[in-house]
Amino acid sequence: MLHHHAKLERKSIVMLLFIIVTVLVGGIVEIIPLFRSETVIEPVEGVRPYTPLELAGYNIYIREGCYNCHSQQIRPLRDEVARYGHYSLAAESMYDHPFQWGSKRTGPDLARVGGRYSDDWHVAHLKNPRSVVPESIMPTYSFLANNQAELNEIGEHMKVLKMVGVPYTDEQIANAYVDGMAQAHTEDTDENVAGLLERYGDKINARVFDGNPEMVTEMDALVAYLQVLGTMVDFSSAQSIEPAGDVAADAPAEDKAGE
Amino acid sequence: MSTTTSDVAPRYNDDVVRLFTIATVFWGVVGFAAGVFIALQLAFPALNFEPYLNFGRLRPLHTSAVIFAFGGSALFATSYYVVQRTCQTRLFSDGLALFTFWGYQFFIVIAALGYVLGVTQGKEYAEPEWYADLWLTVVWVAYLVVFLGTVIKRKEPHIYVANWFYLAFIITVAVLHLGNNVEIPVSLTSAKSYPVVSGVQSAMIQWWYGHNAVGFFLTAGFLGMMYYFVPKQANRPVYSYRLSILHFWSLIFIYIWAGPHHLHYTALPDWAQTLGMTFSIILWMPSWGGMINGMMTLSGAWDKLRTDPVLRFMIIAVAFYGMSTFEGPMMSIKAVNSLSHYTDWTIGHVHSGALGWVGFISFGALYYLVPKLWGRDRLYSLKLVNVHLWVATIGIVLYICAMWVSGIMQGLMWKSYDSMGFLEYSFVETVVEMHIFYVIRAMGGVLYLTGALIMAYNFIKTVKGEVRRSEYPEMTAQKGTEALA
Repeated sequence: MLHHHAKLERKSIVMLLFIIVTVLVGGIVEIIPLFRSETVIEPVEGVRPYTPLELAGYNIYIREGCYNCHSQQIRPLRDEVARYGHYSLAAESMYDHPFQWGSKRTGPDLARVGGRYSDDWHVAHLKNPRSVVPESIMPTYSFLANNQAELNEIGEHMKVLKMVGVPYTDEQIANAYVDGMAQAHTEDTDENVAGLLERYGDKINARVFDGNPEMVTEMDALVAYLQVLGTMVDFSSAQSIEPAGDVAADAPAEDKAGE
Repeated sequence: MSTTTSDVAPRYNDDVVRLFTIATVFWGVVGFAAGVFIALQLAFPALNFEPYLNFGRLRPLHTSAVIFAFGGSALFATSYYVVQRTCQTRLFSDGLALFTFWGYQFFIVIAALGYVLGVTQGKEYAEPEWYADLWLTVVWVAYLVVFLGTVIKRKEPHIYVANWFYLAFIITVAVLHLGNNVEIPVSLTSAKSYPVVSGVQSAMIQWWYGHNAVGFFLTAGFLGMMYYFVPKQANRPVYSYRLSILHFWSLIFIYIWAGPHHLHYTALPDWAQTLGMTFSIILWMPSWGGMINGMMTLSGAWDKLRTDPVLRFMIIAVAFYGMSTFEGPMMSIKAVNSLSHYTDWTIGHVHSGALGWVGFISFGALYYLVPKLWGRDRLYSLKLVNVHLWVATIGIVLYICAMWVSGIMQGLMWKSYDSMGFLEYSFVETVVEMHIFYVIRAMGGVLYLTGALIMAYNFIKTVKGEVRRSEYPEMTAQKGTEALA
């Protein structure tokens, strides 16, 4: 071996090629099979692309680096399911470009935070976390309430997402701005809200999230995003595709870590 | 004084090495200071100043400043220095080498500005947006050309082992960077882009990238450093040539597989998690092979540790490398990971590697390089090197112990049930318990930063050509006689 290696280390380009081949193997074996998504993502009912306002909120979540402290991935461990709800399914993040699973819980997991707290709580908490959780160490985000949500170009964003596989319809893209405004600004826009529901489904949260009907703010967008997290999947239909005896939607799951 | 190296100067391009050396010290101080600040933010949330100086925006600033700005500049400086000496030839292109310096610094600045302004891809250690990614690609190709070009025109028949590691680092980081940054910008005037893959696939690709940013940026590159500077400083040959070969090929082959251990118990398919765990455990062996090769290079020269604080830096670095490359495989075991994941234990693990291994081997290399690059016979003060060593070591110990305790404690608290079968602690109750450890961690960071400032002071004095006379009595005597003459 040494003899052969002595030859190899005299040839820089050959050595370079050997290195490339060596480092490619692991990635190819682990990554390529994941693109056969039928074996990777179990189909479940209810997962839909974000509405324009939720997408704007998702982008704020990324911009502010929320993923540095909050995960969005509940592991199938007994305590996690008891604390946060049903463990996360692959399908639930299939439209997240990129995924927001996170790697650290300086704050709690947010995968199923949607519907857990009122809009008012979220707004108060984001403006000053210590006003509702005195021991919190989260930064304040009161500026979100003063910034207009960036909805002017949200249709362009949706076009790009459509290119990479998010099934937005042409109609959804064409109405992106109107739908975005309608979701957070319900006064005198009944017709627009109806359009929004028609395009995205009846379960859409359409209301003034931040208590300020004058303007659709980044606070509206972020709260709309938080309120939809983990609420899309219809677990009554998800259960039927799981083997009997497996985890139920709202009962504490068995500890898959095992003994 | 500079006459001592004047015969070497035209042979090698040390201008660009000097520039990268200055950048390394500068970014080190900036990165450590950013770390101290965000550590304090976690202990005292009033230190968040929205929107630009919130933790969420500053944390990527810290990680990028230490990994890419400090670590990257150290890798550029040492690789350019080492490749010229071991190939007995000048850098392939002075102009292109200088371009990599300014190009890389420009990348750091536009990336950092982006984070503060809220421009980020939201992928850990790959936060820079598409325009910065493109620019980095250009710079990196230039780096490969300069390095490989120099290797190709070498005057030595064999390529020295340090250069294998540097080469693997450069080419693999290129592969990882391209693989993890396939993204489409919203428009050419928009800073925002969306990655082509989503969900599970984006998680797998991100941690294939993320773990190998550790494996190749923070390990392979710095092992190149170890394979040159430890033998040089100890004045001994590398312990085993055979082990070098084994170490190199097994390390680069196995590291790539370890990424999925960041995704245990997630929606990533089980087979991928198990594969990642298995290879992570196997990785322990080549890692310790490398550690042994570095440590045992001191065979017959162990006494030098008593007198040479620079060598002490390098050997403590290799010891930390051994420690974190044992801790890592252990944490990748799923049962351990179910406790450690999402907690500060991971943060402590990363920092024992980053502060102990990456930081210390770089400091050792810098202490070796600075007097040589500026044509000085010796450092301004070896005592200050020793002070730096111990201040920084105590800082690391405070840091990692605090994170071990807080991480394991929080993990256990999350899993704790009361006698009625309910979870015992609310989330925020576990946060409260973290406070004192966050304060201790920040103190550890302050010590580490203080050490770096002592080093910077030592370098400024050294570059100016000063020496601490009290430490070198024989020189005082010499000077005295010179003055008489």
